[in-house]
Amino acid sequence: MGLAKRIIPCLDVDNGRVVKGVQFVDIRDAGDPVEVAKRYNEQGADEITFLDITASSDDRETTVHMVEAIASQVFIPLTVGGGIRTCEDIRRMLNAGADKVGINTAAVFNPEFVREAAQRFGSQCIVVAIDAKKVSADGEPDKWEIFTHGGRKPTGLDAVEWAIKMVEYGAGEILLTSMDRDGTKNGFDLGITRAISEAVHVPVIASGGVGNLDHLVDGVIEGKADAVLAASIFHFGEYSIQQAKQRMTDAGIEMRL
Amino acid sequence: MNTMKKSTVAVIDYGMGNLHSVAKALEFVADEHTSVIVTSDPAVIDAADRVLLPGVGAIRDCIGEMHNAGLVPSIRKAMAEKPFLAICVGIQSLMSHSEENGGVDCLNHFQGNALFFGEKHTDHDGSKLKVPHMGWNQVKHTINHPLWADIPDNARFYFVHSFYVVPENKSEVAGTCDYGLEFCVAIARDNVFAVQFHPEKSHKDGLQLYKNFLHWDGKP
Repeated sequence: MGLAKRIIPCLDVDNGRVVKGVQFVDIRDAGDPVEVAKRYNEQGADEITFLDITASSDDRETTVHMVEAIASQVFIPLTVGGGIRTCEDIRRMLNAGADKVGINTAAVFNPEFVREAAQRFGSQCIVVAIDAKKVSADGEPDKWEIFTHGGRKPTGLDAVEWAIKMVEYGAGEILLTSMDRDGTKNGFDLGITRAISEAVHVPVIASGGVGNLDHLVDGVIEGKADAVLAASIFHFGEYSIQQAKQRMTDAGIEMRL
Repeated sequence: MNTMKKSTVAVIDYGMGNLHSVAKALEFVADEHTSVIVTSDPAVIDAADRVLLPGVGAIRDCIGEMHNAGLVPSIRKAMAEKPFLAICVGIQSLMSHSEENGGVDCLNHFQGNALFFGEKHTDHDGSKLKVPHMGWNQVKHTINHPLWADIPDNARFYFVHSFYVVPENKSEVAGTCDYGLEFCVAIARDNVFAVQFHPEKSHKDGLQLYKNFLHWDGKP
């Protein structure tokens, strides 16, 4: 009895369409974000995160309409990340029906933006996304650094210290992506997940590297994550959300079934 | 009874954002005789058949905006006479006082306070609990109420909050939840019902609660 751990499927969207392939046997158009969101909702997803990779800010209006359409039909929490740089960006997404926005690069270049956003909209809707990579060699004490530009540019910022700072500035949740695990299917970097989760009082979402259902279990039990985010294992029908929840329940984790 | 007359539900807009989801969820469960109106106009609220008070953000801004927009008399009037539902920060705004933002006097419809979980909040076994309380938790019905109709006891609803209400009159508690301590997440008296969770984000059971609200005659 108590608060359930969350499973969050993540979708990349470009110009209001889901990209990077989502396959459900029984949907005709897997690029329609409304259809995809509905399907994950029916499968029991606890939230859905959209990562907006639309290149041009002119096309951002399309994303706003997409969020409106989803929020009219899917009644679970929605997070939108990617391209959130100003309070005006946040206001538009929240008014369209997003519950939370993810701030990533903008936080690194202008931490005060996180403070301003939390004061204006409340910490509950400000998710700070942290892209971290392990920089310590084997045998050295563990150290992780923040990277930007898809993991290409180091910032010199220590990931754990940065997470603590972002929570002080008003982040209501941390979305932690291990850039050296992303896409590997080798599982989360449990060391950094646990280090950050134990260092902050807000919920931490683990992301990057999920290849099977045991990785989700490990993220919660060993990584102490409050939620786990995954993309490809759900998109290609390898596993359903229900299967993931059942595996986690069998491992003794409280889930919403 | 004239069933052709449109019934209206006013969703109070006092500038705190994200009313889209609340309005859409109500529209999703409303029948063709019900219209959902998002409004900041006291006259529209006064004329509505039922009223929903949403709440997002910090309590000082919430209460401040309600006063600035001249909505408090209409909110009190609605609570005195018609089916009224408050959600999230809305439930906190109906209490006497909140300790958020250094202490804020609220509408005092229910006697009692909103308290902070604290950044060092712990579970019953002493392990650390995250604050805000964010995610899906189980709601135990402590009374029978028309708004709980067709919702299983201990169903999960979506929460995101750092403050919780403690009503002085325990008989007004309609539902509780456990997060390190058992606390009130639903409060009811006469035609007023208020919940800490977000029905509009709580999938089937949340939609059922809105449906119940649209059919409620305001009697406990």
